[in-house]
Amino acid sequence: MSSAREEILSRIRAVDRPAGAPVVRDYERERSASDVLALLDERVADYKAIVHRVSEAEVPDRIAECLARRSAKTVVVPADAPDSWRVSGVEWKSDDPPLALSELDSVDGVVTGCAVAIAETGTIVLDSGAAQGRRIITLVPDYHLCVVRADQVVVSVPEALARLEATRPLTFISGPSATSDIELDRVEGVHGPRTLEVLIVG
Amino acid sequence: MGGRNPVTWLGSPAFPKAAHEALANTQLRRNLRKATTTIRAKRAEVVSEMADWERLRRAGEAIKDDVLANLDTYLVRLEEAVTARGGVVHWARDAEEANQIVLDLIRAEGTDEVVKVKSMATAEIGLNEALQASGVNAIETDLAELIVQLGEDRPSHILVPAIHRNRAEIREIFSRRMTEKPASDEPKDLAEAARKYLRRKFLSAKVAISGANFAVADTGSIVVVESEGNGRMCLTLPETLITVMGIEKLVPTWQDLEVFLQLLPRSSTAERMNPYTSVWMGVTPGDGPQKFHLVLLDNGRTATLADKVGRQALRCIRCSACLNVCPVYERTGGHSYGSVYPGPIGAILAPQLVGDMHDKQAASLPYASSLCGACFEVCPVRINIPEVLTHLRAEAVEAKGKRTPEALAMAAAAWVFADPKRYEATQKAGSLSRFLARDGWIKRIPGPGAKWTDSRNAPAVPKESFRTWWRRNRVERS
Ligand code: SF4
Repeated sequence: MSSAREEILSRIRAVDRPAGAPVVRDYERERSASDVLALLDERVADYKAIVHRVSEAEVPDRIAECLARRSAKTVVVPADAPDSWRVSGVEWKSDDPPLALSELDSVDGVVTGCAVAIAETGTIVLDSGAAQGRRIITLVPDYHLCVVRADQVVVSVPEALARLEATRPLTFISGPSATSDIELDRVEGVHGPRTLEVLIVG
Repeated sequence: MGGRNPVTWLGSPAFPKAAHEALANTQLRRNLRKATTTIRAKRAEVVSEMADWERLRRAGEAIKDDVLANLDTYLVRLEEAVTARGGVVHWARDAEEANQIVLDLIRAEGTDEVVKVKSMATAEIGLNEALQASGVNAIETDLAELIVQLGEDRPSHILVPAIHRNRAEIREIFSRRMTEKPASDEPKDLAEAARKYLRRKFLSAKVAISGANFAVADTGSIVVVESEGNGRMCLTLPETLITVMGIEKLVPTWQDLEVFLQLLPRSSTAERMNPYTSVWMGVTPGDGPQKFHLVLLDNGRTATLADKVGRQALRCIRCSACLNVCPVYERTGGHSYGSVYPGPIGAILAPQLVGDMHDKQAASLPYASSLCGACFEVCPVRINIPEVLTHLRAEAVEAKGKRTPEALAMAAAAWVFADPKRYEATQKAGSLSRFLARDGWIKRIPGPGAKWTDSRNAPAVPKESFRTWWRRNRVERS
């Protein structure tokens, strides 16, 4: 085994490899937007996700509305999701102890928070941190309702990566699952959640 | 070790012959023209949103050049980081070795069925075929790969391997192979059929196989960029994950991802961001696969690195933008290149990975170009594809000797492919195959090229006028 390793490394070392030009990072590492939340709203909606702007106080009611509109009865939440999210009229399944795959496959949806959102690209990033849970809970259910706080929103990709921690498993989500595999035409809804709904708070 | 490199398909004819056959397939040309026209326009639009696009391209180029200059250091660093986070790193000199490693890992889990997320590296090494020969069924879960697999077909595009198929053909394939047939040929119904077909496989798979778009040497983070969620399924549900990646897929630092996560989606699917990007480090207790194996693949890459001009092909991030703008690709389709890497990048990468200019098919690939330069203009890591093509042509001629009939025939092919009007005229002039030698090289060009092949004296290729032609033509059709 180690012989393949040694051989590949020595093949590389045998090559004359002059150092390249230094990496110049003169691209934009930060960008500003006149209304970053409006930009996020527009760009997420561009992917055919459903977006709402709401105030902090409205969050529970809007969660209830969103779930009622889909007649979602059984819904998963990460164990550490705020109590206020668990509105009445819904059977809440907390992922603690971890839910079985078959259970996740039979629920009507999942509600989570996020770590960071990128306005310019309409992207939500989950890092399994607060109110997000394991990667699997936002993957198997067919409906994902995600609550994004204003202080989690940045404009550009470099700003988002600077905020994220590489040590956590990360999922960047830009709209519902989609494919461009048939005649390079985008269609929403393949294996991941086919409906993504986002509440932008603030 | 040391069998034939499966990066090119055994028994494929040399490019001119294959291209000639493809040119006769009008359905294929219609499918391709429609698809590439759509994606070109979309790409141009999302790229124009980025005021710093050129600076990002230059940074992408510089980061990848740094990777190549310090490849040994970064590989060892990656290995340390992945190992520290509970992953196991394997090294494979060639396709055969990599396939054996993967097979042994699957056997150790006691399963004979695995799910796969689309990966160029595993296609390059012929992993599915190797597994099948040993009784392991590898199920492709990317929609386009599934279309290719169920249609018992070959991939024809890096990003959209089934780009040569239209919706009616896809419906026909699915109806033939799935118990639950698609409701119609609407893309939405075809996607639904694939979802149902694969769902049970995802939920029961024990082992998944993936490639990697990027690996961060510093942190050991692996990045997979995808659209459908089949990648997330493979990377999250099974207990064991095996990732096969070419040794050049590295970036040195976490920060470097900020460049590539901007360059890649806009260049490949022409989106501001692809639907899903997954990033993980080794094993995360309680979340996702609890066993992680990373297979680092050479398979001709170190040999490519040794070529001062050709090594820039190793900067490639497999976005496929160069395919979508290539006039030769658009007319001949991906299969003509006889390799999992078609189009302009294939024309420079496949022959280098094969590493043998006496291989007639591989040696013909650098001629599959008009040298118009459109590929260089769109390449997010600024690979000067025309420069490498010219360099490899010289190598091919050197391998064969300047005045052999073959060398002359290759030059003739280059002359024909230097101008779409010319090869369309050649095609129209009828039965080009009458003029093909048995080995697939053009012996005599009929019609407009006859004068040249008769006199054996190459007229200058009108590079500038061709560019003008292509540009005008491209704009009109976009
Ligand atoms: S050569 Fe450049 S344009 Fe072509 S696939 Fe690679 S990165 Fe993309």
